[in-house]
Amino acid sequence: MRWQNLVLEAKSLACERGGRLVFRNLSFTAKNGDVIELRGANGSGKSSLLRLIAGLNQPASGSITFNIEKPLAENAHYIGHSIGVKPALTVTENLDFWQKFFGGQDQIPLPSFHLERLADDEARLLSEGQRRRLALSRLVAVARPLWLLDEPTVGLDQVALGDLKREMTKHMKSGGIIIAATHTGLGMDNSRTVEMAEAA
Amino acid sequence: MMLCALKALLWRDITLARKQGGGLGAALGFILAVIVLVPIAIGPDPVMLRRIGAGMIWLSLLLAVLLTAEQIFQQDLEDGSLELMTMTPTPFELITLTKAIAHWLTVALPLAIIAPPLGLMLNMELGQLPMLWLSMIAGSLALSLLASLGGAIAAGLRRGGLLIAILTLPLYIPILIFGVATTTLSLGPQSSLPALAILLAITLLCLVVSPLACAAALRAYMR
Repeated sequence: MRWQNLVLEAKSLACERGGRLVFRNLSFTAKNGDVIELRGANGSGKSSLLRLIAGLNQPASGSITFNIEKPLAENAHYIGHSIGVKPALTVTENLDFWQKFFGGQDQIPLPSFHLERLADDEARLLSEGQRRRLALSRLVAVARPLWLLDEPTVGLDQVALGDLKREMTKHMKSGGIIIAATHTGLGMDNSRTVEMAEAA
Repeated sequence: MMLCALKALLWRDITLARKQGGGLGAALGFILAVIVLVPIAIGPDPVMLRRIGAGMIWLSLLLAVLLTAEQIFQQDLEDGSLELMTMTPTPFELITLTKAIAHWLTVALPLAIIAPPLGLMLNMELGQLPMLWLSMIAGSLALSLLASLGGAIAAGLRRGGLLIAILTLPLYIPILIFGVATTTLSLGPQSSLPALAILLAITLLCLVVSPLACAAALRAYMR
């Protein structure tokens, strides 16, 4: 196990967007190897919650604690809707940049999402699903214990879904935590569900 | 590790500028157009041209750099790159500074190196060119830093170009004054070194203040 005794705790979180209360009184705890699926209707605050945890927005009230040395944001991967892929750069250049920027050490993990064949193509030539795969490759390129995934399965084909599931399983086995907003489900065993509607 | 990240960012921005055409071509075209059009507009009087030469070159450099200010942060803000960059130990201020330096290396510095010889087209004296070169290279970094500030404030706005001009041009005034003074004094009896020293001081001041202001402006957009 790469990470041990991790506890991520959210206590009575409330989120406001543009003066409107999105959710309140949301609490949950996540430990090593947990997969949490956030479920709820459109606009119920799934994405907002992920952004709160990633430190990109501030909660209106409540707190998030993670018992690890560095600030939470530096221990988390956030794959949202804007994925920071530059159309003019090749797949390798894109991934290489983020790996270096986030301080990753290993080889660029093109094979984990079957991007080898596209390595030298400019990202503007990629399909939406391929761009998502490129963004998801960041998860593997740099090891961080907490994965925050916003609709990670959207746009992926069967092979890529298999890749994602394999990488998530690996991540859990090494003690990581995954929190994902999803409508369709991740298809992982032993995942827990947090219903956003109950916190409205 | 932090240096490694900033180096990667610098390299990425330079690569992007090379591949997308970072506006250097357009900016250079702008300077050329100004230099060619000025004698046509005010008449081919060699004495008059010599007098306004340094001022025109400086003015065209200033406006050309401003033309490219909009793209410094806009793309990175839109595609989520800036947000991801906050999720590292690297201070956000150093990230904005690095992006401004990338802009300097890809736009302002090449322009400052290319522009002085164009002064000959305005009948400037050969003896003025070394000082024009020095002052432009020193001042161009300040131009890039202030352009990045304007770019950061307008990054989240559609068609923020005009706003950038209104915000940034007043800040360009001291650079213009001392840049032109450095060049014109290089011929006269007085030394032009004090003016050059003040220009350098302005550049150093921008080096400190502008990254802080950029970071604050961009944070407000990302909230």
